Amino acid sequence: MDWLFFGEISLAGLAMGGLYALIGLGFVIIYKATRVINFAIGEIMMFAAYLFLAFAGGMEMSPWVALPLAVLGGSVLGGVIEKVMIRPMLGESSISVVMVTIGIASILVGVVEMIWGADPQLLPGFLPRKPVFIGEMYLAPKIAYGFLIGAALLIVYLLYFRFSRGGVALRATASDQAAAYSMGINVRRVFNLAWVFGSLAASLAGVLVAATGGLSPQFGAIGLSVLVVVIVGGLDSIVGALIAGVFIGWLETVAGAYLGGEYRMPATFAVLAVILVFRPYGLFGTHEIERV
Amino acid sequence: MRIGDAKQSYEADEAILTSSTQKIWFALFLLALLLFPFMADAYLLYLGCLVGIAVISTTGLNILTGFTGLISLGQAGFMGVGGYTVAWLSANTGLPFPVTLLLAGLLAAAVGILVGLPSLRVKGLYLAIATLAASVFLHFIFAEWESVTGGMGGLSLEPAHLFGLTFQSDFGMYFIIVPLAVVMVLAARNVFRTRIGRAFIAIRDRDISAEILGINLLHYKLMSFALSSFYAGVAGGLFAYFFRVVTPESFPLSMSIFYLAAVIVGGMGNLLGGILGAAFMTLIPEILKLLTTALTPFYPNAPIFMSPMLEIIFGALIVGFLIFEPHGLAEIWHRIRRFFSLWPFKN
Repeated sequence: MDWLFFGEISLAGLAMGGLYALIGLGFVIIYKATRVINFAIGEIMMFAAYLFLAFAGGMEMSPWVALPLAVLGGSVLGGVIEKVMIRPMLGESSISVVMVTIGIASILVGVVEMIWGADPQLLPGFLPRKPVFIGEMYLAPKIAYGFLIGAALLIVYLLYFRFSRGGVALRATASDQAAAYSMGINVRRVFNLAWVFGSLAASLAGVLVAATGGLSPQFGAIGLSVLVVVIVGGLDSIVGALIAGVFIGWLETVAGAYLGGEYRMPATFAVLAVILVFRPYGLFGTHEIERV
Repeated sequence: MRIGDAKQSYEADEAILTSSTQKIWFALFLLALLLFPFMADAYLLYLGCLVGIAVISTTGLNILTGFTGLISLGQAGFMGVGGYTVAWLSANTGLPFPVTLLLAGLLAAAVGILVGLPSLRVKGLYLAIATLAASVFLHFIFAEWESVTGGMGGLSLEPAHLFGLTFQSDFGMYFIIVPLAVVMVLAARNVFRTRIGRAFIAIRDRDISAEILGINLLHYKLMSFALSSFYAGVAGGLFAYFFRVVTPESFPLSMSIFYLAAVIVGGMGNLLGGILGAAFMTLIPEILKLLTTALTPFYPNAPIFMSPMLEIIFGALIVGFLIFEPHGLAEIWHRIRRFFSLWPFKN
């Protein structure tokens, strides 16, 4: 066995996993606060990445201006989706709400295809091109710097939820809506904010992932990998999303490198199936007790 | 509710068609189905067959999702099992189509039971993800088990045959697909007049209460999975006979979502809704195609916009129906019926 190769592959996988963790975090924020499983998260990522393409490529802005603008656009989209389409579904069965997000995903794919066409596109390169070496192991610079940017946002998020007023409101709403209401927390605003923050994380990850792997209207399929991440980690666990994100990213890349690209999805879904059988609520998820 | 409609016996109360008006309309509908292929041109016939296949599969998914409350993203995978079974059997054994279709349904049902096994431990969305995992594995098997499935190239089939008759044209296939669809929908209707069907509905409404009432949850959930995937398997087998080729890409994940959408747009937990939803969702792309052809002389770009437009309409239909008409087309149908039966008085 070639340990250097394994190390390089693992490193690339872990860096990719860092981005998965970021997307998973976005997913978990939305789920924790609003109990909505967001199947459209891959498409929100895609939309933000196309916005970046339009700003940086079409309008020739500096990538460092385009990146925040695209991420902002993605978060506004998340907020609008919540206001217009998710709010009316409050109190409906979870099947219905999930189907609404699937419908939103389809609409977004159509809109993107209509504006930017169906062909795959390359994002203008904006990350440094100098190869990165850790010890002897080579790591593609796009992946390395993408990971660093993603990790920075992740740390900001964790601190925000721990210490800021908004973060506390969000956690309070997640643990008990009625109590949060009676303490004077504006629960509606928290719902909206959760979607904005969740989409923000997803949008940044979307631009970074698209910068390494290219962009097409099928980009949203990455949402499936993220689904595996959050189920394995536990839908309502931030720690779970981080650990599972890194692990699934690593597994996917290693399986792809050693067994071939067609094994990427089955490998991660096999882990998912095992987890569902032995720990149905994920590694760190809360086991809900049901009463009649 | 009609006036003067007192039921005198349980049979009358349980009957599928309760009034003579209903019986007449139903007979007329069957007659129309029978005469349709003699009047319709090739294109309409092709659409009729597609709708028939979609009706069978949607009815199956409706049993699972609409009546038992178990959401499944594996419908396309189960259809694939049926399609590949038929393709393999007709290539290697030369059995006639009723046998291959039955075996396709049974094999799909067996796979369905296997996929349904986690359903006692995990519920709701976790179950949806488990079925999603199943469809990923099935797709992988279709693509990689080359000695049986032919890999990415897939398998092609001989036309369906029985007693020396071959059903090569759409005209012939219509007479396999549509009668089968009618029988299978009626069979589903009958299921919901028995203990089994009522148990499904009880599980949907509150599974814990159902268990307290003495319904064996695992048993009935698995039965629902088996029934639903039997329907999917038969639909997949018909799909294979109709297109005469199956590849892993014939049964993509988007197809599972299409059938879920058909159930929702039609009306969850309503067999009539399933039929309406299947027909409606199958015909939408065709109507859009007609519109595009009509618009092309004025807007030469129209064909480019058709496929994204279809995605947008598809998504908007799902979102719109769930927000504004959660009971689906079936509810609209009932409203129209009420209007006519109460006319000239307002509801």
